[in-house]
Amino acid sequence: MSSMRRRDFLGLSALAAGGAFLSSRLALGGVSGRDSRFVLVILRGALDGLAAVPPYADPDYARLRGEAALRAPGIPGGVLPLDGFFGLHPSLSFLQESYQAHELIVFHALATAYRERSHFDGQDVLENGSLKPHALQSGWLNRALTQLPGPAARVPGVALGQNVPLVMRGPAEVSSWSPSKMSALDEDTLARITEVYASDPLLSARLADALAADAMMATHEAAMEQPQGVGGPAPAGAAQAARARYAQTVEAAAGFLRQAHGPRVAVFDTTGWDTHVNEGAAQGQLAGRLKGLDQGLASLRQQLASAWADTAVLLVTEFGRTAAINGARGTDHGTGGAAFLLGGAVAGGRVIADWPGLSSRALYQGRDLAPTLDLRAVFKGILAEHLGVPPRALEDSVFPESASVRTLRGLTRT
Amino acid sequence: MLAPASPAIAANRFGLGARPGELGRIGGDAREWLRAQLRGAPPLLAGPDLRPAAQTLAQALQLRRDIATQKRAARLAGVRAAEQAMKLGQFLRPLYVSEATARLQQAVGTERPWVERLTQFWANHFAVSVDKQLLAGLAGAFEREAIRPHVLGRFRDLLVAAETHPAMLLYLDNYLSIGPHSPGAERLERRQAERRVGINENLAREILELHTLGVGGGYTQGDVTSFAEVLTGWSIGGPHGRFAGGGEPGQFVFRSELHEPGAKVLLNTRYRDGGIEQGLAVLGDLARHPSTAHFIATKLTRHFIADEPPAAAVARVAGAFVASEGDLPSVYQALLEAREAWVEPLSKYKTPNDFLVSAYRGLSLPVEAGNGALAPLELLGQRTWQPGSPAGWPDRSPDWDGASALMKRIEWADQLGGRLGSHRDARELVPQLLGANLSEATRTAIARAASPAQGLTLLLAAPEFMRR
Repeated sequence: MSSMRRRDFLGLSALAAGGAFLSSRLALGGVSGRDSRFVLVILRGALDGLAAVPPYADPDYARLRGEAALRAPGIPGGVLPLDGFFGLHPSLSFLQESYQAHELIVFHALATAYRERSHFDGQDVLENGSLKPHALQSGWLNRALTQLPGPAARVPGVALGQNVPLVMRGPAEVSSWSPSKMSALDEDTLARITEVYASDPLLSARLADALAADAMMATHEAAMEQPQGVGGPAPAGAAQAARARYAQTVEAAAGFLRQAHGPRVAVFDTTGWDTHVNEGAAQGQLAGRLKGLDQGLASLRQQLASAWADTAVLLVTEFGRTAAINGARGTDHGTGGAAFLLGGAVAGGRVIADWPGLSSRALYQGRDLAPTLDLRAVFKGILAEHLGVPPRALEDSVFPESASVRTLRGLTRT
Repeated sequence: MLAPASPAIAANRFGLGARPGELGRIGGDAREWLRAQLRGAPPLLAGPDLRPAAQTLAQALQLRRDIATQKRAARLAGVRAAEQAMKLGQFLRPLYVSEATARLQQAVGTERPWVERLTQFWANHFAVSVDKQLLAGLAGAFEREAIRPHVLGRFRDLLVAAETHPAMLLYLDNYLSIGPHSPGAERLERRQAERRVGINENLAREILELHTLGVGGGYTQGDVTSFAEVLTGWSIGGPHGRFAGGGEPGQFVFRSELHEPGAKVLLNTRYRDGGIEQGLAVLGDLARHPSTAHFIATKLTRHFIADEPPAAAVARVAGAFVASEGDLPSVYQALLEAREAWVEPLSKYKTPNDFLVSAYRGLSLPVEAGNGALAPLELLGQRTWQPGSPAGWPDRSPDWDGASALMKRIEWADQLGGRLGSHRDARELVPQLLGANLSEATRTAIARAASPAQGLTLLLAAPEFMRR
């Protein structure tokens, strides 16, 4: 269980089974004998990487995070251990088990090439695979699908969700699947609407009435299910619906990927990561969401069954958040963040991070974790080695203008 | 000197909701943009699935007779014939869906949205409701045939067209109304001694109360009865019920044998004995009556200015109605020039229809064929042509701004946002749709949305989008 700091990670390629050996395998298309599956999960709203993967051993961490700082492993409310420097948020128990089973790589201090802090534009760059928002009307993953080796008999990709996200739009045909239409209004959206209604007496009163009625219904329904008495507050309708929708999506993704002639690439997204207010620490808003995410991933593994051995799941977000907690006990938009690569096909059990530190000097624009790795390096590594996309295609069409971004090799097992 | 006219008010309040780029196109003279729409013939709807009311009605009545015959035969044979009743519904439903979809497509796509809104206003003023089964196949044709052609004409012509249309005669039961001293009544009473035949007052009452003078407009119960007598014989062609054939099936026919003979006194005016001319003369006088001008003016100013129509604006619009003898474009002009229409943005809460149509227009959404686009209207509480009463849909905020109705709009907005995702950019759209009505709070909320889908949801849920 080693992890990289400073420049060590560049030596990573030596861990792979030799560059030459890999390229000959690439010519055959992907790793021989493996029916590779790839799942991309987009966490929309800018996940707080410093909360999901706290660098608890960093000297500046506790000061920046104040009350929200998580303790070292072993202390109550402490992080789950990784490599002695970084930990995992206590909610991420399945991810931690995966790490111990060498099925998880944690990335930190990475970002796309985008340096502004708009969700819309950040997500656009994350998905279009180039340097600027709206530079391309298609997504890097869709372009990569046109370059997959092997017979082109089946539709290679599936987008799971109400719409096909940019990352899956483009020349390649993709399947699409939508969860059934249940009321799916999430808590974050509801909170923002409440705020926008603040200066409108009629609408704020009506919304409050509607939510009160919903809450009463939910309490009533929960009471019906627990005739012995309601144990604690009933979950709000919105959270329940979101969890149900996520569970449906995971089930559908596993279903598609296990089909003998089905797609091998699946994409879905989750929301609610934009924790500007009351982010919480070991418990709280973000903790709850991380737990939901973690449980869904565990379920994905379980439902993929034997296909898990050939699967890599990459979780990414458009950027990280501010290093320091803000005045509303939350964090604002930042730059460098974290990502996860999980699966039976992953050469895991390590953290890949060229850690710049969190001193005032080290912070990007004095506020954000500075990125030291381009996300495209990770994308390239997975596409090249796990899915067999030719290097030429990666440089030309999949990630135009990315010559300076070196493919990160050895992420998946040979 | 008129106050500057906001394009956002023109497009969103007078019109059916701005389309992207439209506020820019309206530019500096919003009143002229509206005025220009009044020029030329009103847009009519046509299409292979949009059939004449007469044809549909004739077929439906025939089908109803066949079903009745089959039921009797089945009863005699001791057999159940439950599924027969479904057949009429199965015949009518696709017609409803085609018509309602065509109307929605028109609203979403029109370049003359003010005329379209006025058309919807008048169709609602002369409301029929599809909860009466046969109307499901007729309401759309009624709007196309009786309302649309007259929206830019004279009120009198619109009134006559509406009250002679078979859909209205069916909806308000006038085709069953028989003058007690008519030749037809005397024949029928001889045949069915125990069964009284008589006048049905429904149409007469609603014309006075809802279509012309309005409640308190100066009519008495005696006037209602007289008017009902005047309207006897205003009926529908073809055999039905107790009547022998006559006239074209499904079309308006004046059945003199059912008409109550003699002169009638109505609103202190004596109307000579006559056939259909007696009723037409009454309608003509109602159209000219000052109470009608006031009632129509009140409804129009309520619809276009505020729930509590400002008295000065009502007076000016009523004055235009009287001075022009019911020339509707002149009346609309007075509305357009009312100062009050331009000073208070967002004074009207959108109905579900307003909300949906403005969302489709603003987001450039295609209207799906079949029931797809109609389902949200029903979900949001305004199924097309189903106001449930001849008074039509109400027009005040408390009628529409309920808590659970709001929640349904928000949930629908959320679904729509999710479906569109990054295919639309709410940050770019919101100033184009709301113009000067856009608040800083809403603009910021959209800019900070956690995803493009959420941005769209916030746009549609915004207070400035809930109103017009």
